[in-house]
Amino acid sequence: MTTAAELDVAAVKADFPIFDRCCDPDRPLVFLDSAASSQKPRQVVEAMSDFYETTYANVHRGVYRIAEAATNIMEAGRRTVAGFIGAPRPEEIIFTKNATEALNLVARSWGGANLGPGDAVVLTQMEHHANIVPWQILAAEKGFEIRWIPVRADGYLDLTELDRLLDGAAMMSVTAMSNVLGTIPPLDAMIAAARAAGALVMLDACQYVPHLPTDVSSLDADFIAFSGHKMLGPTGVGVLWGRSELLDDMPPFLGGGGMILDVTQEGFRADAIPAKFEAGTPPITEIVGLAAAVDYLGELGMDRVRRHEVSLTAYALRTLTERLGERLTIHGPSEPADRGGVLSLDLAGVHPHDLSQVLDQHNVCVRPGHHCAKPLMRVLGVGATARASLYVYNDESDVDALADALVDAGEFFAF
Amino acid sequence: MSGLEDLYREIILDHYRTPRNRGQLEVPPAHKVEGFNPLCGDEITVYVDTDGEKVTDVRIDGQGCSISQASASMMTNAIKGRTFTEISELTRAFKSMMSIHENEIGGEGEPGTDSTGDAPAAPDGVRLGDLEALRGVVKFPVRIKCATLAWNTLAQAIDEARSDGGASPGSS
Ligand SMILES: Cc1ncc(COP(=O)(O)O)c(C=O)c1O
Repeated sequence: MTTAAELDVAAVKADFPIFDRCCDPDRPLVFLDSAASSQKPRQVVEAMSDFYETTYANVHRGVYRIAEAATNIMEAGRRTVAGFIGAPRPEEIIFTKNATEALNLVARSWGGANLGPGDAVVLTQMEHHANIVPWQILAAEKGFEIRWIPVRADGYLDLTELDRLLDGAAMMSVTAMSNVLGTIPPLDAMIAAARAAGALVMLDACQYVPHLPTDVSSLDADFIAFSGHKMLGPTGVGVLWGRSELLDDMPPFLGGGGMILDVTQEGFRADAIPAKFEAGTPPITEIVGLAAAVDYLGELGMDRVRRHEVSLTAYALRTLTERLGERLTIHGPSEPADRGGVLSLDLAGVHPHDLSQVLDQHNVCVRPGHHCAKPLMRVLGVGATARASLYVYNDESDVDALADALVDAGEFFAF
Repeated sequence: MSGLEDLYREIILDHYRTPRNRGQLEVPPAHKVEGFNPLCGDEITVYVDTDGEKVTDVRIDGQGCSISQASASMMTNAIKGRTFTEISELTRAFKSMMSIHENEIGGEGEPGTDSTGDAPAAPDGVRLGDLEALRGVVKFPVRIKCATLAWNTLAQAIDEARSDGGASPGSS
């Protein structure tokens, strides 16, 4: 698989049992909701069940052999994830429950220790609520300012005022790919601007790491957050990567077992990273599953994954526009190279909720709603969109099925 | 398309295309309550004028899917000029039409209870009229919240109107 220039989607699809076994014997499952959560390949499911059946025990505590083996396997998973995103040191990988917890960790721990009146945190208008609300909760306590990088109607960020927005800011925390528009901001230029202004940078890479080659060293960010379940891995595990110099200085987030060196009646001494930020029993088997997912993506090759998605996105933009014409609005950048395969659709006269219902009759899975990005919805002037998102197991036939279903929905609701 | 006709009856589409009693009322004297369906982003604003016993006028604002909009539109027709008691009976009847099936789906049915087939008569013989058209919604459980959004919002507006006798603007 690794030698061919292009992704062999049929071979990939064959690795995902759900496409064989799900729901409707007469119609193939057209799964276009990977931006919400991806499907899982057999390799991930098997890695997890093998681990449960052969090696499972709690980590870091036992001296018996399977406890030691479980610890070793989990720590190997940490190294696998570190390698996948180019993290210089495995202990910079903090396992959380999901991206949301990783973002909250930084807001609470770094932000709680470093932000106060007169400070500013810069976000974009296209953030997921997970990168908005933690800052709002903290701002209400600490009295710092939240500034917003505007989004233009065409789905690109408006960066004309970026330097002014960054002036005096302590943190720029932005999405690396919008989960609504697919927009991939010009990260290098934005990060350079933030650096010049003396601000730290966090990337919400929830939609980025699953879809593009990621190298934290060359990205030059300080923190990145992502979730396992959107990258072929299980739910229940997410990742925070941070620079060790920063993580070392940050206070703990959650307190409990596993994160201390010592506890007395007077107080506690926190352990070093990563343990400091991993209070309680970690999602051990989920980490094993995530590592298997990372291995799987590594086999496919992230460059190849990205090329596949750019060309499939181009095909989708072209096909949907041809088939639906003026009646269909596809939000977000029109240039496939500037975006991921997330297509937020608006079919005139058909509410996204109704649209998704009709699509379901075709066994086409898309998601209606505000996609946890209500500030962006307000900017776009819509209450909701129907979002179709592409991944490694999708091909042109899925896009064609979507187009057919959209045409049908348009007819059903013809006024 | 199989199944969809049950959900999207012609009368529902008609209310969706041509919603009745759309707009706003002056607050005060009207009471205004906003309702949200956080899952899908539907937002509805219900305005009611009351005389202490009856809803004398009602308007709906906001945006949402065909089911939430049609349900709201039909609701306005059904409640205008009715007493609070009549409205609460109607609301109960409507919600029981929605919820009996909701339980059935969620709990997979109790053995021996026959709740399939024809829907039970609304309590106390309340007539649902056009609202009957929304019965098909229960076959699509995720849409039940769409159908009940306007009703829950209305109940809150009427509560507020009753509790302060009809003066200050409500909120949510
Ligand atoms: C851009 C973005 N950020 C954050 C999240 C939150 O991810 P999770 O729910 O896995 O914590 C999501 C997923 O919905 C997302 O798309």
